[in-house]
Amino acid sequence: MLELSGLHAWHGKSHVLQGVELEVGRGEIVSLLGRNGAGRSTTLKAIIGEVEPHGSIVFRNKQIAGRKSFEIARLGLGHVPENRQVFPGLTVRQNLLLGMKPGAAAGRWNIAELFAMFPLLAARAETPGGVLSGGEQQLLSMCRTLMGDPEMILIDEPTEGLAPKLVEQVGNLLLEIAARGVAILLVEQKRNIAMRISQRLYVMGHGQVVWEGSPDSLARADAVRAEWLEV
Amino acid sequence: MPEILVFATLNGLVTGLLLFMLASGLTVIFSMMGVLNFAHASFYMLGAYFAYSISLWFGYWTGLIVAPLLVGALGALVERYGLRRVHQQGHVAELVFTFGLAFLIEEAVQFFWGPETRNYQAPELLDFPLFTLFGQEFSAYRGFMLAISMSIFLGLYHTLTRSRVGLVIQAAITHPQMTAQLGHNVPLIFTMVFGVGTALAGLAGVIAGPVLTTFPGMALGLGSIVFVIVVIGGLGSLQGALLASLLIGLLQSYAIAADVGVPDLLAMLGVEFPGDHPLDDLWTLHLAQVAPVLPFLLLVLVLVFRPKGLLGKRE
Repeated sequence: MLELSGLHAWHGKSHVLQGVELEVGRGEIVSLLGRNGAGRSTTLKAIIGEVEPHGSIVFRNKQIAGRKSFEIARLGLGHVPENRQVFPGLTVRQNLLLGMKPGAAAGRWNIAELFAMFPLLAARAETPGGVLSGGEQQLLSMCRTLMGDPEMILIDEPTEGLAPKLVEQVGNLLLEIAARGVAILLVEQKRNIAMRISQRLYVMGHGQVVWEGSPDSLARADAVRAEWLEV
Repeated sequence: MPEILVFATLNGLVTGLLLFMLASGLTVIFSMMGVLNFAHASFYMLGAYFAYSISLWFGYWTGLIVAPLLVGALGALVERYGLRRVHQQGHVAELVFTFGLAFLIEEAVQFFWGPETRNYQAPELLDFPLFTLFGQEFSAYRGFMLAISMSIFLGLYHTLTRSRVGLVIQAAITHPQMTAQLGHNVPLIFTMVFGVGTALAGLAGVIAGPVLTTFPGMALGLGSIVFVIVVIGGLGSLQGALLASLLIGLLQSYAIAADVGVPDLLAMLGVEFPGDHPLDDLWTLHLAQVAPVLPFLLLVLVLVFRPKGLLGKRE
């Protein structure tokens, strides 16, 4: 479904991505692990076109490197950024409505159902997004992207700074997304969540993928964890 | 006294809402670009000149419709092929670009229409007093200006707050990248907003041209006041722009209507000065004479006491 090869990207003069190679299959949950600065968020931004990519990004058999963000989104690729980017002056409901793409038919998700899944959001339907708590904004940001009925979703640090109860809700939503056949490329700091829900994992270091494998094999690979993950 | 109040209020509303037609576009465009468009009032001037030329051949009403469309199309082209490229060079380059554009338009206007005032007239259809109150007439054309700018305000407000396009615009103003990543064509939206903003400025020129005279300096005169309004209202705030437009319109109108001045004040205090005093001009100053300065005075006060503007959110 998604295949990166020889992906490079720069922030100003610093060479952040140095030839990333990875792939995600249809409906698969894949996690991208690594320390801060390893290039995980930049990989997601390069895929969606927020950072200029050099190299090959193939999504649903189409080369998307160099395309505009809105075109990539319309091909069925969603991005939930680390800072959530909730529209502060618009209500929760309006935020969700904006997730729907212009002229698209009804998809896998709708507002009523998402509200039923998250009564927390339903109760605040007419509240401006800017006054929600961090956890509520995270759920809203994910639900908003789902409203666009993506085939694959890139999620950056969804549980960062959340209370344990909301971490659980976010985890459940991730499983529900995958259950409906939507592929996920997840960047996650909390390794236990990534290990629990992912089918495969990549470990990044210095702008490259340095290890690839299943959750079980990572649990056994003490050297990899020590060199690339543990602080 | 009541007749002065009524007419001053009506005239203030006419001016205020006219100013709002310019200020609304300027403030929304500022929110998107992060830079003031110094050429905004030039599009207002183009509106008046286009309408004048069209009216010579096809009459006023054709000009009323066609001139704003032409100005809006020109504005959209400027954004698409000018500003969008300059934007990559940063804010300073954008600012200089709009400055240059303002001069370019002014020179072009002088080149094609000449430096003298053009005799752009209100249509005969509206050349009658709408009503007479206390023996004073209120012209139908001013009533027409009021009606047009009122409906523009309501239409704009409704579009921005109620329609889906309005939602996308509001979203794109705060988080353009996120909006694009949800599948919305943000560059196209920016071009559209620029086009509509300049078209509104053009429409203001079309309806104001016959009243405020159509000459090559008209952009400069009104432009500075519109900047004052946008800053006083709070950069990027549409409600602030409306409030400041009405405030400035009414303030100027009342100042002109109120026939008071320093002599009245001095008389109240029982002071008298001989007519041949060297500072005589100061003693005989009337409020109507300082009316044009009032917006700038208000600007200074707002900047000192409330730097983010009346309803602005950013410093």
